[in-house]
Amino acid sequence: MSARPIATTRSAAGIPTARLAVWWIIASEIVIFGGILGSYIMHRMAHGIWADYAANTNTMVGATNTFVLLTSSLFAVLAHQAAERGDGKRAAKLLYMTCGGGAVFLCIKAFEWNYEISHGMTISSNTFWSFYYLAAGVHAAHIIAGCIIMLFVAQTAKRNEELHRVEIIGVYWHFVDIVWIFLFPLLYIAK
Amino acid sequence: MAESIPVEHAEGHDGHHDHHEMSFSEKYIFPLDHKRIAMQYMFTGMAMAVVGGFMAYTFRMQIAFPGIEVPGWGHVTPVDYNALITNHGTIMIFWVAMPVLLAAFGNYLIPLMIGADDMVFPKINRLSYQIFLLSTVIILAAFFVEGGAFGGAWTAYPPLSSKAEYSLTPLGSSMWITAVALEFIAFLLGGINFITTTMNARAPGMKMWDIPMVVWMIVIASVLFMASVGPLLAGGVMLFFDQNLGTAFFDPDKGGDPILWQHLFWFFGHPEVYVVLLPAIGITAECITVFSRKKLFGYKTVLYTAIGTGVLSFTVWAHHQFIAGIDPRMANIFTVTTLLISVPIAEMMFVYIATLYGGSITLTTPMLWALAFIFEFLIGGITGIFLGASGNDIYLHDTYFVLAHFHYTFYPIAIIGTYAGFTFWFPKMFGKMMNDSLGRLHFWLTIIPFNVIFLPLFVLGLAGQHRRIYDYRNFPDLSEPWMQDMRMLATTALLVMLGAQLIFFYNVYTAWRNGPKAGKNPWNSNTLEWTTDSPPPHGNWPEGLPTVYRGPYEYSHPDRKDSDFWPQNEPA
Repeated sequence: MSARPIATTRSAAGIPTARLAVWWIIASEIVIFGGILGSYIMHRMAHGIWADYAANTNTMVGATNTFVLLTSSLFAVLAHQAAERGDGKRAAKLLYMTCGGGAVFLCIKAFEWNYEISHGMTISSNTFWSFYYLAAGVHAAHIIAGCIIMLFVAQTAKRNEELHRVEIIGVYWHFVDIVWIFLFPLLYIAK
Repeated sequence: MAESIPVEHAEGHDGHHDHHEMSFSEKYIFPLDHKRIAMQYMFTGMAMAVVGGFMAYTFRMQIAFPGIEVPGWGHVTPVDYNALITNHGTIMIFWVAMPVLLAAFGNYLIPLMIGADDMVFPKINRLSYQIFLLSTVIILAAFFVEGGAFGGAWTAYPPLSSKAEYSLTPLGSSMWITAVALEFIAFLLGGINFITTTMNARAPGMKMWDIPMVVWMIVIASVLFMASVGPLLAGGVMLFFDQNLGTAFFDPDKGGDPILWQHLFWFFGHPEVYVVLLPAIGITAECITVFSRKKLFGYKTVLYTAIGTGVLSFTVWAHHQFIAGIDPRMANIFTVTTLLISVPIAEMMFVYIATLYGGSITLTTPMLWALAFIFEFLIGGITGIFLGASGNDIYLHDTYFVLAHFHYTFYPIAIIGTYAGFTFWFPKMFGKMMNDSLGRLHFWLTIIPFNVIFLPLFVLGLAGQHRRIYDYRNFPDLSEPWMQDMRMLATTALLVMLGAQLIFFYNVYTAWRNGPKAGKNPWNSNTLEWTTDSPPPHGNWPEGLPTVYRGPYEYSHPDRKDSDFWPQNEPA
């Protein structure tokens, strides 16, 4: 059964259905990350010693990763522009590059965590590091999920089909980017 | 009604005109049709209600007759007892109330009541059930692993829930939190469909105020769920890590804070009760309007108070933590907000009573259930006020008073609300009429024992009976003969009530097989689902989707001389 219901094509609220849905998804994701970060902030404010632990995060690596994600978001925007013009092939190519940015981000994180774990800063070392790995880990899981979905969208867009999905996955990717924009100061800059 | 209604056809692409013969697997195991998915949720939820009810039977037998070999279980050890009460609560809330009230009724009713052919994302809909089914398997499987199922109460406070040395259920604890987290994800996915479909896929002409109240309630509940579950999902991951990765989010010895879990849990836990309440209130609205042939007294009032309740529900959570060591000044604030939240709900009850007043009432089975909801929930709500006052709560916290309060709220929500909805929409779902006499018999044999079970528990709670105790003979103050008599009375009533459910199952089965045909609109109702066949075909209105011309509650309208109802899709 691949027929799309008539319901999906309606727009009583004046907004295309997929766009409406992705914003609701983002709303619920905001609450999830809000819970993690809210708990972290309250704990951090109550435990002065966390500043000592936080001093060990590598701000340069964090900054590089920020640059990587922001650039990947740029590619996502360009992909959307291409999709708006009806250029599915170009949109797909740019989505692959966005995905590539995500992959680079994950590689850098892998090296970063490898260094930290091998130097005794593991998830169970102390509560600061528990929150560090929890927040960044849940974020990374969202990057992975986003990349996978993006690849599917790109495959379809290459054939000039379902081009509106390029915008949708782009919105999701920007959200994941913004979460990192919160994580970066909280975990790397605040020392 | 009139056939010359302007209709909407599928344009361009093939819409629903591919009539390939679907295999059994496509129809029943992996359906995309919202009605089938609704039935999957309904039957899973009802099956879990049997499981949860069996658990209640087992632990109540232990309380009333301590040390007994319970038929069907055997000797109830303290570890068994804890696992049973924990999973009874968890299952009833997350695997009965949510799937039946939200997922089953939501999935079934929303497209039909707004004049759509399906949900806007059928594949995500199907995925949500699959994830839900996985969570169901996991929560039940925990009973069969080494150590058994988690027994740290449905509230799962650490360190009992985070350390295996305390919980004694290393595997069970992790399976419990995994199952709960998966259930949350399933309902987040389902909620996307409900909200987006209602916002976007309404029939032409259906304005916001023409949406039936039950649809509004399910949508508001979905928004409430989505806005509140996030922190607990995060907390669930933290708990899982504490259990398995040696982290110490909630371990005070290592810099963590167990009160963090409490806040994360209850920040969700309180809105959650309104997530399940609102659909039940919506179902009641549908029943009382149809069976009193009267328009809903204050549609916008009910709508705005529902939204107001939702917003307020985020401000009351710490009333579950009055004696957890929070600052008494915080307790004052939460007392005020908790007492305030009773106002919008009371408002809704008044609107319903005003709707009934002067109506031409028919006491069908669904109407009996709807009236019982109002009556019993009132008792539950009023007793909540006693608990909301923090001073009073110091005494009553963790006593059976609390338990009786929340059963007088949850039971009307999950059981009475379900029966109201199920008996009301059964003709539409299955094309047959249930037997009304059997329905009433089932009703009375459920409602009277329900009150005999839980009223004594208020008395016992006021006398100081703590919750979550395996054997009251260990507490001489709580072992007075009259107290044990009350426990036995409540348990006996439970046995009668559980037995009476067999009448319901018999009624459903015989009606489904041999019942009289229902026709399109046996209740003479206005809403759109009654304008198509019973059961509705694939695509709901294959000849063309309806257009709407008026609100859903135009009953006994003065301009309509020849009929006391005015379907939404009939042209003016």
